[in-house]
Amino acid sequence: MSVDMNQFHTVFFEESQEHLQTMEELLLNISTDDPDAEELNSIFRAAHSIKGGSGIFGFDALTGLTHVMETILDKARNHELDLTTDIVDVLLATTDTLAAILQAYQDESEINWEQIEEGKAALEGILSTEGETTGVPEQTPAAETAEDDDSFGFFDDAPGQPDLSADQEEHGFGFFDDAPGHSQPDTVSEEDDGFGFFDDAPGQPETDNSEAQTSHDDSEGGFGFFTEPRPAQPIKDEDAYGFFEQEKSATTPASSSAAKASKPAAKAPAKTAGKADAGSIRVETTKIDTVVNLVGEMVITQSILSMIGEEVEGNTGEKLSGAIDELSRNIREIQEAVMSMRMIPVSFVFNRFPRLVRDLARTLDKKIDLIIEGGETEVDKSMIEKLADPLTHLVRNSLDHGIEPLEKRLAAGKPETGTVVLKAEQRGGNILISIQDDGGGLNRDKILEKAIANGLDVDLKMPDEDVWQLIFAPGFSTAEAVTDVSGRGVGMDVVRKNIEAIQGGIDIVSVAGQGSTFTIKLPLTLAIIDGMCVSVGNETYIIPLLNIIESLQPKPEQIKTLANDTMLWSRDQYWPLVSLREQMQIDEPTRPVENSIIVLVEIGKKRYGIIVDQLLGKQQVVIKSLERHYKKVDGISGATIMGDGKVAMIIDVDNLIKNEQINQVGLA
Amino acid sequence: MNTVSSQDAAIAATGGASKEYLTFMLGEEQYGLAIIQVKEIRGYEPVTKIANAPDFIKGVINLRGDIVPIIDLRVKFNVSEATYNEFTIVIMLNVQDRIVGIVVDSVSDVINVTEDEIHPPPEFGVAFDSRYLDGLASVDDGLVILVNIERLITSREIGIFDSMNQQNEGSV
Repeated sequence: MSVDMNQFHTVFFEESQEHLQTMEELLLNISTDDPDAEELNSIFRAAHSIKGGSGIFGFDALTGLTHVMETILDKARNHELDLTTDIVDVLLATTDTLAAILQAYQDESEINWEQIEEGKAALEGILSTEGETTGVPEQTPAAETAEDDDSFGFFDDAPGQPDLSADQEEHGFGFFDDAPGHSQPDTVSEEDDGFGFFDDAPGQPETDNSEAQTSHDDSEGGFGFFTEPRPAQPIKDEDAYGFFEQEKSATTPASSSAAKASKPAAKAPAKTAGKADAGSIRVETTKIDTVVNLVGEMVITQSILSMIGEEVEGNTGEKLSGAIDELSRNIREIQEAVMSMRMIPVSFVFNRFPRLVRDLARTLDKKIDLIIEGGETEVDKSMIEKLADPLTHLVRNSLDHGIEPLEKRLAAGKPETGTVVLKAEQRGGNILISIQDDGGGLNRDKILEKAIANGLDVDLKMPDEDVWQLIFAPGFSTAEAVTDVSGRGVGMDVVRKNIEAIQGGIDIVSVAGQGSTFTIKLPLTLAIIDGMCVSVGNETYIIPLLNIIESLQPKPEQIKTLANDTMLWSRDQYWPLVSLREQMQIDEPTRPVENSIIVLVEIGKKRYGIIVDQLLGKQQVVIKSLERHYKKVDGISGATIMGDGKVAMIIDVDNLIKNEQINQVGLA
Repeated sequence: MNTVSSQDAAIAATGGASKEYLTFMLGEEQYGLAIIQVKEIRGYEPVTKIANAPDFIKGVINLRGDIVPIIDLRVKFNVSEATYNEFTIVIMLNVQDRIVGIVVDSVSDVINVTEDEIHPPPEFGVAFDSRYLDGLASVDDGLVILVNIERLITSREIGIFDSMNQQNEGSV
C-alpha cells in the first residue's frame, strides 16, 4: 500500500513542478496594467492543482501557501484586486518557496516552516492592503501585439473587442484566448512556428471550441500539447507542439477531486514533447543511454563484419556484402533514431532566462528586453545539462557588463531599453547558441591593459578577435576590465572550460558602442564523431574530421626550420608542425617530413599541422571514455574500438600542441 | 603502525570466517588476492599503447566495449622476465567500480583461508611494500602472500586513480 502511495507521490511531484513552471512563465509574462483573464485562470488553476494534490497527500505546507495564493489570484481574476509589479514579485517569490517546499517533501527533508510563514505573511499583506480595490478595467491590447515577430504575444479578445489581426504573427508565442461570449478564432489562421496556447475559457459555447481548433490547421512547426485530444480534431500540423486546453467547468475551483482525477491523463504527454497526436511516454534517461551504448557496440560489430565480409570471395561473398550493406543502413537508421531520442529542445535551458533577466534587470535597475529565438532547436540532453551554467554566466555578463546603465544609453542615443537576444540554431554539423547584446561592447584598451598587468603575452597590435579571447584567461576579471560597471566578475575561464568539456568552442564578436555577441559552437552529438584514421608506425589514431582543414604531402621547399621547430608554408601562412610519433612516444625511427603526411587542423584560434605516416581513411567512430577505467591522457580526448576490435586513441586537437609553439609562429 | 591497524580491521571484518583467494605466481613467489575482486582471467592480447605512461602500464585493451588498462606487475615489481605470449595471463579485476587488468606469470589455484590462518606479513623478502599486504597464509605447498589488491591498484605508486590524476594535472 505504501508503495502505491509513493508512486502517486512521484507523479504529484512531477506535476507540481510543471505547474510551478507554468505559473512562473505566466507570471513573468503577465501584463500588470491589463492582466489577461485566461492567464490568470491558468495561474489560478496551477496553484489550485498543487493545493488539491497536496491536500490529498497531506503536504500541509504546500496547501497553506497555495490557498492564500489562490485567494489573491481569484481576486485578481475577478477584478477585485489590481495586479502590480510588486504583487507579481511576491507571487514569483511564492513559487520559489513552493518549489523549495516541494523539493523538501521530495527529499523527505526538514520543512522550513519559517519560510512558509514569511511567504504567507507576504501574501496576506497583499490581501489586506489591496483587498478593497475593485474593478480593473479590461483593456484591448490586440493592436499593439499584432505585428510582433519573434516575440511573445498575448492575444486577448476582450469582450466587445471585435477584430484581432494576429495574421502577421510569425515565430510568435501566442496566448490565444477567447473570452466568454466572444469568438474570433479564425483570425489566427496564419500562425507559423507558433507556440500557441489555445485556451477556451469555462462556460464557453461548444462551437467556439471547435472553431478554435480548426483555425490551428495551418500552423506548422508549433508545439502541441493536447490535454484532451478529440478524435475529430482536424489537426494536420507537423511537429506541432501546442497547448490545447479545453477547460471544462469540472476543473474550476469547486471540484478539487475532479481536477485531481483528470490530471494523470492530462499531464503525461505534457513534458515529453512528441508529435501532436502520437502520444508519448516518459522514459528514464539511463534506459536511453543504455540503448545508445548498445547501438555504439552494434556500429563496431558491424564494421568488424564488413571487414570479414571483404575476405569472403565468390558468390557467397557478394551475397554477404549485400546483406552487410543492408545491415549497416539499418544500423545507421537505428543510430539516428536513438540519437534523436536524446535530443531535447534547447528551450529547456532557455526557459529559465526570462525570469533571470527580469530579476537581474530589476536588481541592476536597467530596462532589458530578452528575446529568445530558436528555442525549438534540439540538442543532446547531456549537453543541455552542461550548458545551463555557462549560459547563465554569459547572460548575466551581458546584462551586467554588456548593457550600459540608463544614462549612458541615452547619452549614446540608444533606446533606454537594452536588448539581449538569446538564439539557438543548427548550422551544418553544429549547434550555434549566441548571446547578443546591444550594449557598449568590449573595451579593447582595458582588456589589453589588464592582460599586460596579468603578465599575459600580448601584442598591442593584435587583431580584435585575439584580444577578446584574452578574457577567457584564468583570473581575468571581466568586472574591472571589460566595462566600467562594477559587479560580479564571472570567471570566463570557467565558462570556456565548461563549453570545451562538451567539445564546444566559443567566439566573440564585439563592436565598441554597438554590443557584443558570444557564440557557442557545439557538436550535434557527443557519442559518435566522424574521424580520419591515421597511422604512425603500427599504431592507429583518429583525428576528428571536424578539426581537419586539409591533408597534404609536403614538398621539401614548404618545410622551414626555425630554431628547433619545423614549420610548413601552406595557404599563405606558416603552420607549426607536431610529430604524432614524438607526441605519442612511439619508439621507431622518425621518417623525414617529406615522406610523411601532414594533416592541417584547426581548433578555436589554433592552427597547426600534425605529422603522420599515412592516412587510412574516414570512419565514424564511437567515442569511448579513457577515463572510465584509466585516466586523462594529454593530447588524447578518448578512445574508440576499430573494426578489428583493437583500441585506437582519438587525438585531442586542442591539447596536442603546446601554446608556446603556436605563439612562436604567430610572432614569426 | 598504519599497517597493523588496517590489518586488524581487515581481520575483524572477516570475523574468523573463511575467504577465498585466487593464487598466482610472480617470479618465485606465490601470491593470493581476494577472489571477490576478480572479474575474469584472460590470455594476454596485444594492447594499444598510451603515451606518457610508465613502462608497467602496458596500454589499454577493448574488453567488450570498455577501454581497460593493463598493468604488468612483473615489470612494476621487477620480479621476472616480462615475456608476452599466448600463455601470458591477465587477471581482470573489479576495483572501485573500475576494471583493471594485471599481468602475472601464472594463475595456480583458489584457496580458502580462515582468519586465524593469516599471519602478519614479513617486512622483507616480498616484492611488495608491506602496506599492500593482508598477511601470509600457509597452504599445503608453502606460503601464500596475501595481497590487498585494491589498496595496491588504487595506490599512488600505480597512479591510475583520481587522487593521482589530479596531482599529475596540477604539476603539468
